[in-house]
Amino acid sequence: MKGWQQYWRQFSLFALLALVLTGCGKDELSALKPSGPVAAMQFDLMKLSSAIMIGVFIVVMAIFTYVLIRYRKRPGQQGIPKQVEGNHALEILWTVIPFLLLIIMAIPTVTTGFALHKEYPKEEAVQVKVTAHQFWWEFEYPDLGVATAQDLVLPVGKKVQFVLSASDVKHAFWIPALGGKIDTNPGQENKLWLQADKTGIYYGKCAELCGASHALMDFKVEVKEQADFDTWVANMKGVQAKEPVTATSPLAAEGQQIFDKSCLGCHAVAGKGGKMGPNLTNFADRERVAGIKAHTPQNIAEWLKDPQKMKPGNKMPNLNLEENQVKALVEYMETLSVSEKK
Amino acid sequence: MSAHASHAPNRSGLWDYLTTVDHKKIAILYLIAGGIFFLAGGLEALLIRLQLMYPEIELVGAKTFNELITMHGTTMIFLAVMPIIFALMNAIVPLQIGARDVAFPFVNALGFWLFFFGGVLLNTSWFLGGAPDAGWTSYTTLALNQYSGIGVDFYVLGLQIAGLGTLIGGINFLVTIINMRAPGMTFMRMPMFTWSSFITSGLILFAFPAITVGLVLLMFDRLFGGNFFNPDAGGNVVIWEHLFWIFGHPEVYILILPAFGIISEVVSTFSRKRLFGYSSMVFATALIGFLGFMVWAHHMFTTGLGAIANTLFGLATMLIAVPTGIKIFNWLLTMWGGQIRFPTANLFAVGFIPTFTIGGMTGVMLAVPPADYQYHDSYFVVAHFHYVIVGGLVFGLFAGLYYWWPKMFGKMLNETIGKWNFWTFFIGFHLTFFPQHFLGLMGMPRRVFTYLKDQNLDMGNFISTIGAFGMTIGTILFLINVVVAAKSSKRAPADPWDGRSLEWAIPSPPPEYNFVQTPLVRGLDALWVEKMAGNKGMTPAEPIGDIHMPSPSFLPFLMSLGLFVAGYGFIYHNYVVVVIGLLLTLGCMFTRSVKDDPGYHIHEDELEEKGVKA
Ligand code: HEM
Ligand SMILES: [Cu+2]
Repeated sequence: MKGWQQYWRQFSLFALLALVLTGCGKDELSALKPSGPVAAMQFDLMKLSSAIMIGVFIVVMAIFTYVLIRYRKRPGQQGIPKQVEGNHALEILWTVIPFLLLIIMAIPTVTTGFALHKEYPKEEAVQVKVTAHQFWWEFEYPDLGVATAQDLVLPVGKKVQFVLSASDVKHAFWIPALGGKIDTNPGQENKLWLQADKTGIYYGKCAELCGASHALMDFKVEVKEQADFDTWVANMKGVQAKEPVTATSPLAAEGQQIFDKSCLGCHAVAGKGGKMGPNLTNFADRERVAGIKAHTPQNIAEWLKDPQKMKPGNKMPNLNLEENQVKALVEYMETLSVSEKK
Repeated sequence: MSAHASHAPNRSGLWDYLTTVDHKKIAILYLIAGGIFFLAGGLEALLIRLQLMYPEIELVGAKTFNELITMHGTTMIFLAVMPIIFALMNAIVPLQIGARDVAFPFVNALGFWLFFFGGVLLNTSWFLGGAPDAGWTSYTTLALNQYSGIGVDFYVLGLQIAGLGTLIGGINFLVTIINMRAPGMTFMRMPMFTWSSFITSGLILFAFPAITVGLVLLMFDRLFGGNFFNPDAGGNVVIWEHLFWIFGHPEVYILILPAFGIISEVVSTFSRKRLFGYSSMVFATALIGFLGFMVWAHHMFTTGLGAIANTLFGLATMLIAVPTGIKIFNWLLTMWGGQIRFPTANLFAVGFIPTFTIGGMTGVMLAVPPADYQYHDSYFVVAHFHYVIVGGLVFGLFAGLYYWWPKMFGKMLNETIGKWNFWTFFIGFHLTFFPQHFLGLMGMPRRVFTYLKDQNLDMGNFISTIGAFGMTIGTILFLINVVVAAKSSKRAPADPWDGRSLEWAIPSPPPEYNFVQTPLVRGLDALWVEKMAGNKGMTPAEPIGDIHMPSPSFLPFLMSLGLFVAGYGFIYHNYVVVVIGLLLTLGCMFTRSVKDDPGYHIHEDELEEKGVKA
């Protein structure tokens, strides 16, 4: 039997595969490309533990391969192998060595563990209250007096203290590139701090099965320079203190009428509206539609025509809009911006 | 029927199997039922993988996908691998300890039928309004009425009924192993498979009550508005997680320990050496069983238990690596210096070692809570637990089936097909699950029915799906092998592998009374000891005489059927049906209590005639 040769062939195949796969991975998404101190600490622990484990694996595989080659039964082999009961020295050896390796892992586990569970007061960190809903995310900045949804906006290089909960079922809040993950439990609050060291867009995910569209419960994290962040907050505050502005074009005005009638019950714009669905004050500034699709008029229209198609099981009803109503609404929604213009 | 009938009532075919209390036939029932559920769970897995073959495709919808993952996980754990383990335990443990029977044959049959009807109940949900879709963990509040359909009621009642069967099955094995050992079979002479079955049964005894309690509470929440888990009414969602994992974590060890036992037997037999470090193996098994109860919260690191709890549970979890490592090195040293042969059974056992090592390694990595905040609920975890349950347990079960098939059925499985079976399954397995480690680290959460195009997750998912085809081919080859073996007219010898333990001392398949005379055990590897002493077989510990056997009974079937019927009554809130079902069950219990059934005897002159027929 030449099984071991085949085994090696496979092994090298997997090694190759591993290399290729690690090579890719999207910066905005991958836990292997940390962009902040939390993810970096976690990545260090991953590297340490996988290094130790790969070391162990190499030892096991070395003995394994040697044994399989050396002690295969050969044709015509005579006699019965020596029946060995055991060997106390060896058995103690492979009890003690793993124990020592575990201690090496245990020390940073404990220190990092406690570091990640620190809680930062508002003097040291931006406070963000996260509420997870089927299947969207609500973000409130209680100290800044603004609220948004789907796109989380953060200042670069600053600690952010999250307080998280859920309104319906359990979800989990995960931004792999910034650090992982904490559950949002209905009826309870959890804490998590993160920090982004580079500006840009990061991808966030819901990691706990929460119903049909769990897979689509994505959000984006927009990390801005502090000054830009301050401007954003000021703009948001300005807009959210007011009534919705009257639309500019006639088509948008028509859209606004429909919106006020059919949508404000659930969605807030500026200072008005309900909290059942995402706050749409800065909708036009968002990176994605529904957290998943590119922000284009076609995708907005598609969502309005049949929300269940894009995100099955979500709580927004089909409003049975006509083509021209959809057009007007899209036109209006694209005016919902707090920044100068995209 | 006279009080001491001297003949087994003449039963045959289906009726025989519906009424049997013979542990070897119950083993076959478990194997068939578990095998069918394994195919169902495998089909579900294949559909899951097909849906994820390319980004953003629509093969099954989001809801169906959630049903598929829920049913796949639930089916595989509770209805496929558990029963196949019970099949091997039933077929082999009494033989290994030199017993004529198990301690409670009637209870043994009842255990099977409860499992079977529970599993059938659960699976009928597919046709009766939708399967459960809240994940095999059924976390609340997702699993409450407001957020999920009737499927979860099937989950609750199906698992409750099946779980009762498992619990009493476990108790039966505990008592059997404690009480029914042949003279000289001390605890420290028991084969490793018996040892691991013993410890597994102990874990079942303590773990299953936790899920039973959890399921009762969930049932009250769902059926009667109990609000245990409903935060809007003061309930607490995290309690469910604790109850589930206090059961769920030991469950993982309930599954893997028997596989360890099988690997120990197979590796030692095919190296022609005794197991290296037997006593440390026993100790390690017991320690793993014990630690298995201490670490459930490592499934809940992200739940928000706090730094202290997470750290303690993390460190406790890491400790399990020590006894597990002992086992792996002991297997390697068992082969060291041996004469290793590679029939399919040993290929699976040898393939198990590196595969399970990888699963164990990622397990230690998961035990580091700060890092687990990244791994948790991602594809990394999916890769990890499949390395353990498929690469560990399923490889172990294949090894055990190839090894003991001749003993159970009196036919040898074909080696050529067996080798193809191994290689397709082995390569398919690694192709499927190895890339998933990276998918998880690259940001793919688990239980997602699709993933978006621009996220670099395409290739890993594609490879993974291709691998699933490999495993499918492997499984089909096994089925072909079973058919080929059944058709072949060649009978398996009593001891085809030059075995070491007692089951190889009697014919294949064993007669219904197992041992004509109870054997006298004179050391570890009882049969090997006799072989080395130049004896042709075991020395008997008793003279030949009449053998007492328990009578077959239809009551276990009916008793389970009653609960099955009552289950539907609960699901559809029809309490007349509940009462009818429960009356049937209670009536059977009453009958069993008052009816005097002392069994029958097989006379001396009839011995050596009866064999189990498959
Ligand atoms: C035929 C080979 C198998 C394949 C291709 C396969 C594939 C999968 C996939 C793709 C998932 C869903 C992962 C996710 O998105 O969360 C899954 C989940 C799962 N599998 Fe398997 N699997 C296989 C065999 C098994 C076996 C033999 C077991 C257990 C003995 C098992 C236990 C589980 C469990 C417990 C889950 C989690 C279900 C849940 O999330 O509720 N699988 N499997
Ligand atoms: Cu969610």
